[in-house]
Amino acid sequence: MSLNKYLNTYVNNSPLIVFRILFGLLIFFSQIRFWHKGWIESIYIDPVFHFSYYWFSWVKPIGDYTYLLFIICLISSLFIVIGFKYRVSSLILFLSYTYIELMDKTTYLNHYYLVSLILFMLIFLPASSRFSIDSLKTTDFYFVPRWTIDSLKIMLCIVYFHAGIAKVNSDWLLSAQPLKIWLLGNYDIPLIGDTLLQQNWVHYAMSWGGMLYDILIPFLLLIPKTRNSAFLLVIIFHVLTKILFPAIGMFPFIMIFGCLVFFDYKFHEKIIQFISKYLKKFQKNIFTIKKNEFKIKTSLFSVFIIGFFLFIQFLLPLRHNLYDGELFWTERGYRFSWRVMLVEKKGFTEFKLVDNGNSSSFYIKNEDHLTDFQEKQMSFQPDFIKEFADYLGDFYKAKGYSNIEIHVNSYVTLNGRRSKRLIKRDTDILNIDKKTFYKNCIIPFGDEIKKI
Amino acid sequence: MKKILKTLILFIFISCSDNNIEQDNVDSFDRSSLLIELANNLIIPAHDNFALNFSVFEIDFERFSSDLSIPNLQKLRSSFIDSYMAWQHVEMFNIGKAEEIFYNLKTNSYPTNILRIEANMNNNGLDLDIPNENNYPTQGFPAIDYFLFGISETDEMILNELSDATNLNYLNLLVQKISTNTESVINFWKNNTQDFANSADGSQSSNLNMLANDFVYYYEKGLRANKIGIPAGRWSNKLPNNVESFYSKIHSKNLAIEGLKASKNFFLGLNFNTGAPSDYSFRTYIDYLDTENSLSNLIIESFDNSMSKLQILSDDFSHQVANNNSQMLEAYDAIQEGVVYLKTDMLSLLSISVDYMDADGD
Repeated sequence: MSLNKYLNTYVNNSPLIVFRILFGLLIFFSQIRFWHKGWIESIYIDPVFHFSYYWFSWVKPIGDYTYLLFIICLISSLFIVIGFKYRVSSLILFLSYTYIELMDKTTYLNHYYLVSLILFMLIFLPASSRFSIDSLKTTDFYFVPRWTIDSLKIMLCIVYFHAGIAKVNSDWLLSAQPLKIWLLGNYDIPLIGDTLLQQNWVHYAMSWGGMLYDILIPFLLLIPKTRNSAFLLVIIFHVLTKILFPAIGMFPFIMIFGCLVFFDYKFHEKIIQFISKYLKKFQKNIFTIKKNEFKIKTSLFSVFIIGFFLFIQFLLPLRHNLYDGELFWTERGYRFSWRVMLVEKKGFTEFKLVDNGNSSSFYIKNEDHLTDFQEKQMSFQPDFIKEFADYLGDFYKAKGYSNIEIHVNSYVTLNGRRSKRLIKRDTDILNIDKKTFYKNCIIPFGDEIKKI
Repeated sequence: MKKILKTLILFIFISCSDNNIEQDNVDSFDRSSLLIELANNLIIPAHDNFALNFSVFEIDFERFSSDLSIPNLQKLRSSFIDSYMAWQHVEMFNIGKAEEIFYNLKTNSYPTNILRIEANMNNNGLDLDIPNENNYPTQGFPAIDYFLFGISETDEMILNELSDATNLNYLNLLVQKISTNTESVINFWKNNTQDFANSADGSQSSNLNMLANDFVYYYEKGLRANKIGIPAGRWSNKLPNNVESFYSKIHSKNLAIEGLKASKNFFLGLNFNTGAPSDYSFRTYIDYLDTENSLSNLIIESFDNSMSKLQILSDDFSHQVANNNSQMLEAYDAIQEGVVYLKTDMLSLLSISVDYMDADGD
């Protein structure tokens, strides 16, 4: 099938429509939950200092207006659900949601990132071409280019596939780490906690099972014959992760709802018709409509954007190969790569200000500048440590100190290994750039975690 | 493909089924035994021992109140120090009632605040039970320490001060507060031991986590920072007046040593009365999780190393800080090493997240 022919293949758009509705609802409820838990305040408003993503240090919480940002995000997610001013709403939803995520990297979670990526894609996909306020005013389109639905499937496949490949490492497969630590700690779960989860073979079975699941599930979902069983597996797997790791949050729901997109249009038509029963206005009989009558065209621009985007998404998780050092130790190239639950790390990190002018020094109380949560995350992630040191440098220079250095005492434990010093002692990490910091200040891991 | 699918499903179902699959090599570690043994053999006896010591102090105080004499003052001071030592085995258990009434902040916040104590003495509506961080350093052992040792210069002058009814009444109030607080904390422990250890309501892990966190918090904050780090000026200038038992001078070292002993005993799960180790302790739990046993040995070595660094210090830490602070900082570093093991290695192995405000500082 030539590319041209593929791009001009049209399919029923109900999977895309259902995806839009479910995803909008999911974001709506996930942001309500975030608000309800008081996290807007504790994560974005309370801290005096925020950890930023590279290139995005200009993205900061905006005081009490941060709530406004969430309100914008909530309203635009509802607009997505009902398909109202879809293009603008989806753009605003992407921007507001992503802005929120970029405000402080302490909260980084892979599934937040996934939501941002999908929201970006939705801007370019005709997901309100039917069953929406927009189409009510104009025309309902029933057919969309096939690539628009395929692109979402590919995105989910990329996530699973990379997550699976990342699990092919010696800690995960040969030591069942860090699952062993976490499962042993789950002794309180009724029935299985104090029995099965304490068993060595269970740790290995779950590690290997998880790896095989992630790698194979994209293929099983793509093949029509195995799709139903695969989806059952998706539900079982993600419900299980929710039971075992309640802190995983919205992730299971995002993946379960997301994977519905793999089903064919008949399934989604049923969902639409089910909802239609309650919304009489939309009720139409799809099966009487001829294929070429109501198809919506997409621009070549969209094709190019989404194609390029997916290409980047496939490569990005591999970027750690460009860096030296143990990935799990330095965490260079760790984020944005679908490395889910691969490390159990805890750290202890304190900073010493060395005043060369005065030849004196003192230690800094982290809690004067960071929240518990920020300190916990900072303690084992080198980029946080460097960023915090830079902040401290500015803080004390503003107080009149000059000619200062910042030294670090940092100990980190990784996947059950004994804690080790992460940053070289008595070494200034303030007056150097980030590259030199990685190159000269991080003590090599001293152990090997084999990966593919 | 079907085959792979079946294998996969098998994997998942095996993993989440709860039927009688043959148990392999390891038995589960009995966490309720850990909780119940710690409560019955260590926590409750330590509280009882503290209450007993404190009741002796109370009797001495009554005698002293009715007959203000130098011998009675000396007797009172000696039972005060005994109680203060016994307190070191209690402070770390900031759970349940103790947490609810801010027992350890009310009993051992130092340095004590003399200006506020004087203000309190003139305040008719004073209620020391209300949680109020300004009032924590006006009560408890550090405040009593001030009245018994520091309110004036010589013993005769101290007697003279304490013959003033305002002073004696306030001191009496402080003694009563510790006594009633201790009683309610002990009652809580004795009435709730089973609940504490019970796993039926899924609270076992939260109790165990809390206990581990309290232990680490005590080691980092109560012991390392308060007793050593702050006076030694690790985060600021040296603060020799901020040592524990500042007015009685010579007991700060012994109190620190006792706190370290209490920490080690807790880790080993030693029976408070007999000193016998238990099969169920944080040590044996860690050994269950870390079969090489390297971590528990490192932690114990670190306790011992800290002990030897503390032992060479002067009896009076304010003297030590003023004259040879580098030894004080060496002791700090030794304890700090243990903090790293406990806070990173141990909590990671126990799969417990750090739930408290980081402990350095004030």
